[in-house]
Amino acid sequence: MNTVITMRIAMRALIRNKTRSLLTALGIIIGIAAVIAVVAVGQGASVTMQKQISSMGNNLVMIFPGSSRSGGFHGGMGTTQTLTADDGDAILRECPLVRAVSPLVRAGAQCIFRENNWATSILGVNVQYQDVRSWDIASGSFFTEADLRSASRVCVLGKTVATQLFQGDEPIGQTIRIKNMPFRVIGVMAVKGSAAWGQDQDDTIIAPWTTVRRVLQNSAFDNVNQLILSLASMEVLPQAKQEITGILRQRHRLSSGADDDFTITDMTEVTQMMTQVSRLMTLLLTVIASISLMVGGIGIMNIMLVAVSERTREIGLRLAVGARRRDILMQFLVEAVVLSGAGGLIGIAVGVSAANILAKINNWPVVISPGAVLLALGFSAGIGIFFGFYPAVRAARLNPIESLRRE
Amino acid sequence: MEEVDVPALNGVSLDIAAGEFVAIMGHSGSGKSTLLNLLGCLDQPDSGRYVLGGQEVAGLGPDDLAGIRNRKIGFVFQNFNLLPRTTALENVELPLYYGPPIRGAARRERARSLLVRLGLGDRLMHHPGQLSGGQQQRVAIARALVNHPPLILADEPTGNLDSKSADDIMALFQELNREGITLVMVTHEPDIARYAKRTITMKDGMIV
Repeated sequence: MNTVITMRIAMRALIRNKTRSLLTALGIIIGIAAVIAVVAVGQGASVTMQKQISSMGNNLVMIFPGSSRSGGFHGGMGTTQTLTADDGDAILRECPLVRAVSPLVRAGAQCIFRENNWATSILGVNVQYQDVRSWDIASGSFFTEADLRSASRVCVLGKTVATQLFQGDEPIGQTIRIKNMPFRVIGVMAVKGSAAWGQDQDDTIIAPWTTVRRVLQNSAFDNVNQLILSLASMEVLPQAKQEITGILRQRHRLSSGADDDFTITDMTEVTQMMTQVSRLMTLLLTVIASISLMVGGIGIMNIMLVAVSERTREIGLRLAVGARRRDILMQFLVEAVVLSGAGGLIGIAVGVSAANILAKINNWPVVISPGAVLLALGFSAGIGIFFGFYPAVRAARLNPIESLRRE
Repeated sequence: MEEVDVPALNGVSLDIAAGEFVAIMGHSGSGKSTLLNLLGCLDQPDSGRYVLGGQEVAGLGPDDLAGIRNRKIGFVFQNFNLLPRTTALENVELPLYYGPPIRGAARRERARSLLVRLGLGDRLMHHPGQLSGGQQQRVAIARALVNHPPLILADEPTGNLDSKSADDIMALFQELNREGITLVMVTHEPDIARYAKRTITMKDGMIV
């Protein structure tokens, strides 16, 4: 007996008991759908995470000024003003492991262009900032060393700010007012997207740090909120940290017993933690989905045993008209595999739709890998074989005479 | 508890020539069903020989027996044993699935022409539940004939039929017999046995 006919007989037997077949397959459908959806969302999340982390910049290290301690008060991080742009230049000069450094001065301000206004953050940086953050310019140009030296009132807009203030008009060459001071817009940054913690990185204005410090903050000092630097590679991180610490301690004239007046942080911890969380979630959900598949498989075994006992006379008749034991075995095995395989197919469809719906609602990306889909299909067929085998063997071992006599 | 072997058949020696129409009679427990199961290669004798059409059957494996049942023997049962919710046509096609490969169209045509010949040409797509007892038995006979077996075994073929249908079925058997098919039929009704050319009566596992 060939496979096509066996398949057709199995299909017919399943269609004859539509409701029962559907309910039996439901276990598999739910299991497979869960696996597909979980894997799709999980992979989507990890892709997003990777993107967000890489959107931070290349092999990023950040240096914050340390805490101040005076008269028994211990301020929080950044309460001293010890970190200067010169520190950054010194690090770049003296530590070859550092590829680029930019100071970071933060100011918040209301920005106005004609009748539109928008509150945003102003980032004061130097010309290496673009390189550190690996952030391209979309149109216009970034400011220059000359702008930096002369503290020119020029600025580059993040995409969000450009949209809010200009509503589709051409921003480059226009003058906007920040804290009521005119700034010329010379460029618009490319879209960067949201950071790992959800902040919109495009909702910002970038200007020379000198301008921000002198003009917006009205300060003559060169201390900055943060240094942001890019290493040649992440492997040299420990060594780079050590060298930077040495350079900064020397520049800040810290005696050997004194605490650092700065803090060096990097993204590895954040990355590791996020990867671990997502891996744990995926594992947990996979276990749950596997249990559901297992339960589905047992359901199939149960219903196949019922089918064998219901159709004992049919089996007896088939044996009488010339079916061999392996024909009967195949018939019931194929029936179980078709049941679980169809469940798998429906489950894949349900899972893919569920993942897409979830993605749409929550604004997540989903990654549906063909590998996962094929694996799910193979797995569901495997469940059919595994859990269908025992009932099929029982069917094949029936005695034709007794089976024919069964009412 | 000690098991005691009770031979269902004891010292049965029976020759049935090709083209015969034999009725086997006897009370329940007389061994006539066991004899029919042996003849039908559904069961193997614990001892003794069975030669079917010149071939020694005793000692063959289950697959060989299945092949013999498929090609050489047609079964007709008291309760018809048709597959429920399956058309008459498909019921008749059933043995062809287990024989040598045959194209779907040829398979259907063979089943169809047999049903037409047995007067069921307008019932091809009916399910057993939509057919009368006599019609169901005709479908079963068509199924028995579909592989052109030389031997047909019938176990109380009229047991579930009214007398009119029973007579029709017996007339059909006689017709098939005239065409050269060997028929062996188990019955306990003398009226039915009368249609056969030869009657064997069994009692306590022996031929009387």
